[in-house]
Amino acid sequence: MAGLSDTFVVVAVLAYLVAMIGHAAEYAFGTRGAVARAAALVPSGGPLPGADPEPGSPPQPGGGRAALIGRGAVAMLVVGVAAHAVAVLTRGLAAERVPWGNMYEFVLSASLVGSVAWLFVLRRWPATRHLGLYVALANVVLLGIAGLWLYVPVGPLVAALNSYWLVIHVAAAALSSGIFLVGFVAAAMYLIKTGYDERGKRGFPYTLAPRLPGAETLERLSFRLHAFGFPIWTFAALIAGPIWAEAAWGRYWGWDPKEVWAFISWVVYAAYLHARATPSVKRTTAAWLAVAGWVTMLMNLFGVNLLFEGLHSYAGL
Amino acid sequence: MLIRLAASARNGWRQLTSMRTALMLLFLLALAAIPGSVLPQRSVSIEEVNAYFVERPDLAPVLDRLGGFDVYGSPWFSAIYLLLFVSLVGCVVPRLRDHLRSLRRAPVDAPRRLSRLPQHADQLAYSAPPAAAAEALRAGLRSRRWRAVVRGADAGPVTVSAEKGYLKETGNLLMHFAMLAVLVGVALGATLGWHGNTLVVAGPDHRFCNVLQQYDEFGLGTRAGAGSLPPFCFTLTDFDAEFTEGGQPTAFLAHGEVSEGGGDPRPVEFTVNSPLRLDGASVYLLGNGYAPVLRYTDRFGETQTSTTPFLPSDPQGTAQGVATFPDANVDPAGGGERDPSLQVAFQGLYLPTAPAEGPLVGSVHPEERAPTLFLQAFRGDLGIDSGTPQSVLELNQAQLDSGELAPVGEAVFLAPGETMTLADETTVEFVGTQRWVTISVRHDPGQPVALVGIGLLLAGLVGSLVGRRRRVWFRVTADPATPGHSLVEAAGLPRSDYSGFATEFSHLLAALPLTPIPDSELQPAGRST
Repeated sequence: MAGLSDTFVVVAVLAYLVAMIGHAAEYAFGTRGAVARAAALVPSGGPLPGADPEPGSPPQPGGGRAALIGRGAVAMLVVGVAAHAVAVLTRGLAAERVPWGNMYEFVLSASLVGSVAWLFVLRRWPATRHLGLYVALANVVLLGIAGLWLYVPVGPLVAALNSYWLVIHVAAAALSSGIFLVGFVAAAMYLIKTGYDERGKRGFPYTLAPRLPGAETLERLSFRLHAFGFPIWTFAALIAGPIWAEAAWGRYWGWDPKEVWAFISWVVYAAYLHARATPSVKRTTAAWLAVAGWVTMLMNLFGVNLLFEGLHSYAGL
Repeated sequence: MLIRLAASARNGWRQLTSMRTALMLLFLLALAAIPGSVLPQRSVSIEEVNAYFVERPDLAPVLDRLGGFDVYGSPWFSAIYLLLFVSLVGCVVPRLRDHLRSLRRAPVDAPRRLSRLPQHADQLAYSAPPAAAAEALRAGLRSRRWRAVVRGADAGPVTVSAEKGYLKETGNLLMHFAMLAVLVGVALGATLGWHGNTLVVAGPDHRFCNVLQQYDEFGLGTRAGAGSLPPFCFTLTDFDAEFTEGGQPTAFLAHGEVSEGGGDPRPVEFTVNSPLRLDGASVYLLGNGYAPVLRYTDRFGETQTSTTPFLPSDPQGTAQGVATFPDANVDPAGGGERDPSLQVAFQGLYLPTAPAEGPLVGSVHPEERAPTLFLQAFRGDLGIDSGTPQSVLELNQAQLDSGELAPVGEAVFLAPGETMTLADETTVEFVGTQRWVTISVRHDPGQPVALVGIGLLLAGLVGSLVGRRRRVWFRVTADPATPGHSLVEAAGLPRSDYSGFATEFSHLLAALPLTPIPDSELQPAGRST
């Protein structure tokens, strides 16, 4: 069962890789298609390339081959997510416990949440399909890091983790991390889109802007995801975490490095929600706060475990 | 002058309570928290702080003056969060007042031109005179949990004003006030809470009683004292640990007896993640190990036994320690005076499972499968009468350096029950081992307050994110064409970001007993106003 899990991780990485290449190819062919379409449309007064598709509408037709590749990439992404899910499931079955007992497993589970959240977003807003390139890329990188550097063989939990709070606290943390990941992608795309549209930025990564959904769609999507993830993060970091910490270490809050960074993330995301709710604060400022929030989340996941010694480091990592 | 002062104070207050300031303070709070994860903190690990002082003797005192080793209690960190809380209070107290007022007040009257609002519908009909129609609309809205009120009389137009989604502001205010409750909980813990750490060896001889003197290390809240500690005594009777073949611990269980307030002892068990809950205190299991029992028989035939906890130095249970016999070799005929030159100590390395072959430098499993004690004897002045504090885990280095304490003979390996004979015909027997645990005993009366506070915070947060404040109005006028009937104009205004309002508005209109007037009927009568 453990070997099966490892195999499916490899399958998932390969599928994400193919999906990534497919999405990249769609970019490439799609651009040509868009140029050709623009040449054909301009005389008749049609929409210019890069004009926002209506929020929620399917991607503009044209570049039939590109669209086909794009749909193939999405199918491959679904295959990747399925293999990813099987890998997580078999890992849990092999260990006879929840599959997030060490950092390898946590990265595996949290990235799965991100992928599944992305599939939901894709279903609801098909126009955002092009962002799949980044979702696939993020998964290849995360699973690659997990497999190469964080891998540990299946084993029982260390005694310190043997608590039902492991299920509740870590599941909530993984869930909110996955949601914040997709929220971050939307916020970053919003910044690229507005940078291109309003400030005339043309260098990389602003070159991606013409293929992105409308700025308002992205901004709203980002807000929805953060507003959904924030209460879950509050529960994970400020309720379930402290309750477990009280039972395990005798105090509900002790400024352990992981606690410090969880608090920092909470404060930054709280600032994002405040900024978003304040009309006088620009939406781009709020989006930058969301980006900063994600940076603190990454710092907490990788930086804290690798750089600092604290109570949250177990099983080697 | 006074007026100007008052004006600038008012201006300052307005600045402090503005959202921009709150955002800035939130950002500062996040930044200020970072050093606490980079630098070792006294509250987390005093040992690491001391090690930092040794490592960076030039930088450490500077950082210390700036509060770098006590970030979360430092004046600058406190200043940020206290300002943030003042700003919060300044922001939410007026809002609470407004919200309570708006909860008591009827929904505001309809604006003059309903057609200017984001949602608008006219040419609706109702088969009753305006007053009755308005009343029916109000009832319909009420049943859909809108707060609704009817204004105006039959003579003029009658308006129905309705509002919904007070949950948003209620939740928002609850969340912010709950934050104050959390702060109160934290403050209660800092003033009335206490904790102490100690090591308890198994057996009735090593009974622990809850008084400050028995702790190796303790911390008291600013208003807590020796009297805050509830009286109880604890004896460790047994300790179970389970390991994988690789030596990874999978389960611990401490067994003991507790008598609270002088009552009869009762058996108890506790483990990691499942502390022992007593009245007014909780006992947490932190660590465990073995304490070798040594029986030394001196040159006068006197026998002394010591049980010394050895501290594990690796995950496989290899442990080090020092057993001292300061009263050894005291001549019974000499009036019981200690002879400093004849004190005895043993420095040891304990391997719960010695490797079957190869050098015996480390244990290969934390369970006692092949217990072996590697023991080196020392004789001479232990230096414990000099009055200087010293470690109980190491021999006095100054005494070793001066040669007043010197090793005797070769080090030997002992299995339980084996005896080593020293050159002066004295013997030491490795009797066996006892288990020991390190425990933390704690009490924090602020805990329930903080928990309730954070629970309310989450409830309020969800309410404020889910809730959507919106208003609708209906203007009902008598139908000039059909006496006894009314014409209705409706409009809606979402007061917060709410993309689904258009759908809700049309569903609401469909659910109320209103009938759209067909165009064919409208034209001849020319009722466009």
